[in-house]
Amino acid sequence: MNLSLTRRYDFAASHRLHAPNLSAEANQRIYGKCNNPYGHGHNYALEVTVTGPVDPATGMIANLCDLDPFVEREVLAAFDQKNLNEEVAEFRTVVPTTENVCREIFRRLQSFPAARLERVRIEETSKNSFEIGAEDFV
Amino acid sequence: MIRITRKVEFSASHFYHNPNFSAEENRRVFGKCNNPHGHGHNYTLEVTIAGEPDPATGMVLDLKELKDILQREVMDRMDHRHLNYEVRELAGKIPTCENIATVIWEILEPKITRGKLDRVRLYESPNLFADCTAASSNGAGKRA
Repeated sequence: MNLSLTRRYDFAASHRLHAPNLSAEANQRIYGKCNNPYGHGHNYALEVTVTGPVDPATGMIANLCDLDPFVEREVLAAFDQKNLNEEVAEFRTVVPTTENVCREIFRRLQSFPAARLERVRIEETSKNSFEIGAEDFV
Repeated sequence: MIRITRKVEFSASHFYHNPNFSAEENRRVFGKCNNPHGHGHNYTLEVTIAGEPDPATGMVLDLKELKDILQREVMDRMDHRHLNYEVRELAGKIPTCENIATVIWEILEPKITRGKLDRVRLYESPNLFADCTAASSNGAGKRA
């Protein structure tokens, strides 16, 4: 039996899907409404899953007193109420699709010292979700 | 292989306290959860069984049977109980989401006679849950 713990967070951010190396026409065709130059926003839900042994002294894989401030510092402070294209350095060159946001959040969280990061899952809206597992992260 | 999932909800109280820690250490490690008067949650439990449907019934496991097992083994034990004091299987353990999910897995696994227990997901709140998954699971059962 494998055991994991998942914590859910929320952040709101705006983005624009635009690939600078493609023509305006190609951007419009590929990204449609998401290519609107003024951007648009979402309420993102972020699920962070960690695994590891349960510490018998605390009964925990990871103490939320450690995980919550770590996620706040590494992700939420940088992403919440921000424009991802303009204010998160990594998205100056990478299109902030939620696939890429998943990968960037995994990169930021993988150094969590108290447990192993197993999965990052993001709901961009209530109708679509994206996830990346440790086995997928290169 | 088909997976079927049944959901139940129970309400229970608990607090976190390690008798080997000092009062100060308990407060530092467990924060608000160390309040000795306890606090409560509405827990949501999702239990997933994996198996091949019986050709005679079309069912992996009759959901009525699973419902009865969950009532007897989980609800009767934990609903409207204090998890620190009233659940024998949690004695000596801190009743965290991880430990409660593990205890539920250990209680249920031998009771499932058709199909195999594939996942126990226990929500302490909509923002926190623990998953126990079968070592043999291909991972699909892990996903939300």
